[in-house]
Amino acid sequence: MIKRILAIIVGAGIAGGAGFLWYAWYPALPKVAPPQPGQFSAAKIERGRIVAAESYCVECHTRQDIGGGPRLAGDYKMVSPFGAIYSSNITPDPETGIGNWSEEALRRALRYGISRDGSHLLPAFVYDHFTKMTDADISDLYAWIMSQPAVHMTRRPNGFPLSISPRFTLAGWKLLYFRPGVYQPDPKHDAMWNRGAYLAEGAAHCGACHTPRGLLGAEKVPDEMYDGGAVDGWIAPPLNDKNPTPVVWTEDELYDYLRNGVAPLHGPAGGPMSPVAHDFLATVPEEDVHAIAHYFADVDHAAQRVGGDKAALRTAMEQSKRDLAGSVLSTDPDARLYQGACAACHYNAAPMPVLGRPELALNNALWLDEPTNLYLVMLRGLTAEEGQSGVAMPSFYNALSDHDMARIAAYLRRTRTTLPPWTDLDKKAAEARKLVEEPPVNSSH
Amino acid sequence: MIKFKLNGRDVSLDVPEDTPLLWAIRDDLGLTGTKFGCGVGQCGACTVHVGGRATRSCITPVSAIEDAEVTTIEGLDPAGDHPVQEAWRDIQVPQCGYCQSGQIMQAASLLKDYPSPTDEEIDGVMGGSLCRCMTYIRIRKAIKQAAAAMQSKNSGETSNG
Repeated sequence: MIKRILAIIVGAGIAGGAGFLWYAWYPALPKVAPPQPGQFSAAKIERGRIVAAESYCVECHTRQDIGGGPRLAGDYKMVSPFGAIYSSNITPDPETGIGNWSEEALRRALRYGISRDGSHLLPAFVYDHFTKMTDADISDLYAWIMSQPAVHMTRRPNGFPLSISPRFTLAGWKLLYFRPGVYQPDPKHDAMWNRGAYLAEGAAHCGACHTPRGLLGAEKVPDEMYDGGAVDGWIAPPLNDKNPTPVVWTEDELYDYLRNGVAPLHGPAGGPMSPVAHDFLATVPEEDVHAIAHYFADVDHAAQRVGGDKAALRTAMEQSKRDLAGSVLSTDPDARLYQGACAACHYNAAPMPVLGRPELALNNALWLDEPTNLYLVMLRGLTAEEGQSGVAMPSFYNALSDHDMARIAAYLRRTRTTLPPWTDLDKKAAEARKLVEEPPVNSSH
Repeated sequence: MIKFKLNGRDVSLDVPEDTPLLWAIRDDLGLTGTKFGCGVGQCGACTVHVGGRATRSCITPVSAIEDAEVTTIEGLDPAGDHPVQEAWRDIQVPQCGYCQSGQIMQAASLLKDYPSPTDEEIDGVMGGSLCRCMTYIRIRKAIKQAAAAMQSKNSGETSNG
């Protein structure tokens, strides 16, 4: 009897192992000669440029630290809980890039997370999103990539040790978390919604930053989809109805934000979100950006929540104005600190905030659970290329101490929101300061 | 090499990218109307316009203003006759004068957002521009006079078609 049970267990183990091997093993695809100039039509390359822009390929495949690197040549540093990851060279260089990849190889990489040589790719390359892209889009993308300048450059090695074969570790991860398949339109919604969903869930991979990740780095979908995540030390705010701003993200606000990097009633895009607007979504057909905005206005239930906006706007503006006029300045030293450092720009008294004077009472940064984003903006400032184009916010890195920043954060949270106070503000200010690797203004000046 | 527009003119500078804009304007480009006060963005003496918005130049690195339009007190009006400057002279606002270019730049920015500002609005926006001579009463008066001048000029332009 025991023998028979043992035999069944061992048999099942062997069968399961064989099944897993079959699941985990992919063949290498043959190398091809790099495509020649003129092989693709200009129209196809242009369509591919748009697909690439909507996927932000350049952002994560171009080195930004140590002085930057050639476009698409990889070596972009991503900090993960498992160690630093450096992205691949995806220029058409045959030796260090993907010059000898066929279109089929690119399609397999995007849809299944498999490299041309058959090895599994790290999910830092977000194939859990790219898998939703259509064959036609991938074909156009291939034409664009293969038409870019080839750069001979090898990336730095990844900074984490994998004690067992990455091929099988990653295959196990995929078995648990990865469901391949092209986006299927939802017949309950119209074409615009489906276009927005296709882009947002697929190429544009919004959830990669805006959905929280579990212990093994997989997005917690569908239960916590768009509940907000983290990227490069910043908080990526929720994109669903858990977004805490007092005025709802409507389709118009979302469009302005995604297209121009600034939404009149929410403020500018900071940190890693700024290039999403300025470098990418500003360069694609505006219908696509409208579609993404349309989709997220549904995800966050804007239509059902927008009723309270007028009152919320009035409250915010009144709070903001009352607080910087008259007696409060003589009794509240924190208000004076805020006025001296911030109010020359962040002061609004009109019924609507003036574009370029972001109203902090309406901004995500004050309403999130942690002061991280507020601190990072204070420390780094915003360049004229970030957020609203052409205007800049100075860097207060050397101007405000951790305690000054903590006082301003506490003051704003106290007077501009209805939420409980943030805790440990001095400590968190010091932590945020450490995240700003290179102080923008030389302390010796 | 950092490129931007200074008072309508294209300029390019070969300076470290963390150089404060104020240094670049005064030392490298030779426009000394903008003053150094506290060096930590708390007094307003270094205020210039970036993209038309009042900005503290002592804590804004030049790398942050790539391709932007910067205006200093020298470029606010080609003849020095911006309504705020006229009101400033008329009312004899300055005592020592060190803070005045920053005050004028901040006031000019204020009047774009609030064409006829109340005392509270003036105090709210100008509160970060310090005057050690305590000329605040005259500053407020000059801003109101400039506002009135700009409004009558604008309405004149409108009626002329």
